[in-house]
Amino acid sequence: MDLNTDKMLASDPARKFSFNRTISNGDLVIVYERHDNMKAVTVSEGSVLQNRFGVFKHSEWLGKPFGSKIFSNKGGFVYLLAPTPELWTLVLSHRTQILYIADISFVVMYLEIVPGCLVLESGTGSGSLTTSLARAVAPTGHVYTFDFHEQRAGSARDDFERTGLSSLVTVGVRDIQGEGFPDEFTGSADAVFLDLPQPWLAIPSAAKMLKQDGTLCSFSPCIEQVQRSCEVLQISFTDIRTFEVLLRTYEVREEKLESTQRNGDGSNDSLPCKRRQCSDGGNVIRSPISSVMARPCGEARGHTGYLTFARLRCLI
Amino acid sequence: MRESNSNSNSGRVTWEGCSVLLDINDGDRLVFARLSPAAKLKIGNKNCSLQPLIGRAFGTVFQVDNAPEGPCLSPAQVNVNNAEEIGDGQGSHELRDKVNVNNVEEVRDGEVNVESRDNRALVDNNTAQSLTGEDIEAMRRQGARGNEIIEALIANSATFEKKTSFSQEKYRLKKQKKYAPKVLMRRPVARSICEAYFKKYPSKIGFLRVDTLSLLLSMANVSSSSDILVVDTVGGLLTGAVAERLGGTGFVCNSYFGQAPYSMDIVRIFNLSDEICKRILRSPISDLLLPKESSEQILQHDVCNVESQSNDETSASVSMVEISHTSENGISDIGTENTEPALEVRKAPKAGERAQKEVIDLWKENGFSSLIVAAPELDTWTLVKDLLPLLANSAPFAIYHQYLQPLATCMHNLQLGKMAIGLQISEPWLREYQVLPSRTHPCMQMSAFGGYILSGTKICSTANSIAPTE
Repeated sequence: MDLNTDKMLASDPARKFSFNRTISNGDLVIVYERHDNMKAVTVSEGSVLQNRFGVFKHSEWLGKPFGSKIFSNKGGFVYLLAPTPELWTLVLSHRTQILYIADISFVVMYLEIVPGCLVLESGTGSGSLTTSLARAVAPTGHVYTFDFHEQRAGSARDDFERTGLSSLVTVGVRDIQGEGFPDEFTGSADAVFLDLPQPWLAIPSAAKMLKQDGTLCSFSPCIEQVQRSCEVLQISFTDIRTFEVLLRTYEVREEKLESTQRNGDGSNDSLPCKRRQCSDGGNVIRSPISSVMARPCGEARGHTGYLTFARLRCLI
Repeated sequence: MRESNSNSNSGRVTWEGCSVLLDINDGDRLVFARLSPAAKLKIGNKNCSLQPLIGRAFGTVFQVDNAPEGPCLSPAQVNVNNAEEIGDGQGSHELRDKVNVNNVEEVRDGEVNVESRDNRALVDNNTAQSLTGEDIEAMRRQGARGNEIIEALIANSATFEKKTSFSQEKYRLKKQKKYAPKVLMRRPVARSICEAYFKKYPSKIGFLRVDTLSLLLSMANVSSSSDILVVDTVGGLLTGAVAERLGGTGFVCNSYFGQAPYSMDIVRIFNLSDEICKRILRSPISDLLLPKESSEQILQHDVCNVESQSNDETSASVSMVEISHTSENGISDIGTENTEPALEVRKAPKAGERAQKEVIDLWKENGFSSLIVAAPELDTWTLVKDLLPLLANSAPFAIYHQYLQPLATCMHNLQLGKMAIGLQISEPWLREYQVLPSRTHPCMQMSAFGGYILSGTKICSTANSIAPTE
């Protein structure tokens, strides 16, 4: 892999977001069609991107700044964006159900993950959360993530290579529910994240791995899983709290609205506009007024999972 | 003296001069304190030295003991196996933990928790308790510990045995808060600081809820080695949270309109290492907007730099005074009770030096990696219109506001000006649950509103000129 290509994190100061940063061969770019239609592409000089807007030659992207608008042979266009963990979550290939931005952000904050932390995760899944965990522990920390599915672990490893996070993430193949986390991490983890069907089986091992006052989070879609996890957590954890976090998004548009300015005594109204009766009987008219308005989008994710947090009890 | 954040193990034990969050009786009172041998905290009617907290692990629970030389804080014995021990666990979580323990067997058998007792016979006529205030005072004088008083209260309560197990726990908890208060020592990090302020003093942080803050940091891609442009009129909470995530790499540029920087008092509450503090710089927005080249302007710039540096000193001393009634005495109480001022003052290292011209030039040359705004007092659109050109191409941004309309207007104008893509206004929703065997449900009280965020990605301005009409 070419180490000199632009990747997701700016751990190398020369690689960070900059006016002078341009697209080069081997870069990972996010091709933006619309906010709900994006794709990850690795730039390769001889390749083309084909979509409903036409054919885009990668060779024409080279040397262009990130954030550029690029045209196809047919005059259609897309934007080429620099990858971030948020964009990656929207484009990664789903091998499992994944965590989205609201849960991810809350988990990183609530687990108190900062640069230098050692974080354990299971399962790896599609690596959506892992990518944000890696960003949070960089440049000196590390994420050890485990999945019992060998092929899935392999694909995740390939993804971290592609996004340039390999030096921050190690993917292991291991059944954490059955075997627990490896003993080498005993007492060394700042935070543990569990996304397992039976998290209660892994909690005793997680407790062993954590530093004093270290944090744990278990993500479960079903309340029965939460119930059982909480029972086990209270043996060696404290500050046990369960949350649900969701996002409501808004639509913004400019609408022409009819003004309802009252018109004197209502008798000398000669304008040919549409008219309506005010409740008090006065005539109303006038040219439309433009107004920017917002309303919640009609559909939203109604449930992702419950996030149960806990802190390893301090024994004195 | 100061612990380094890069070795995350060392930050888990307190040191002299370190900042802590003291949680008294499970959130009843939250106090930010700076530990020194002289610092004192009033709990109930007792004045306790914070000296015993130095060198202890974060997460330790302390109780008030009667020592010969007066009341003192000592670590509470944690007895995991004895669910009846009142000194362990924490507050309401302790309550739910205990109920959990008592009911584990039942749940294992798949039975529903059936309570045989109810409150039909309970009459609230204030005669249930036969111990008088004088009796309790006498016990105290004889050196009875808080737990012993609670046991005596229970033994002398005519109604305790008739209560349901759940209200028995409630009773215990109430008495524990009064007779055996507990102090949990927590790490002051973005999460705990934001939660404490949101609970006790939300207007100071612009009603920024912890999940909203976490989203701002994600949406603006705050990561090591980034240069983050920040407009923070939420007391420095945002600046501190960004600096914490940068971990001593990159920069957070806390920018402001006019001559006087916005207050950054909350940054001092974080235990940021010197290395991290050095990465927090301040700059007037006017300096950032000056073109880089013009030598005439550079001259002017230098002049105004000198001027406002002296201004800066004044404002620094002003903010010191400001702090004096919050944290200069070593304790900043955001609860309701008063604290005894400590005798010794220990200051956190100075964060928020004025950005030097060289750094500003570097920002102008490369652009900032992202922008975060939490400034409900400023007009969102004019602010964003000015600041967006300072961002590198493809840089993300996140704007917080308590009201929807300023963000809607800003989003609309950004769309019209083709300045950004991926624009979205989001409103986070956070609900906490009570999880108990057969009694799981959402908490009865919740925060109904955590603010709005406008997020997006800046695109190349050159792209506009060649864009065909859609």
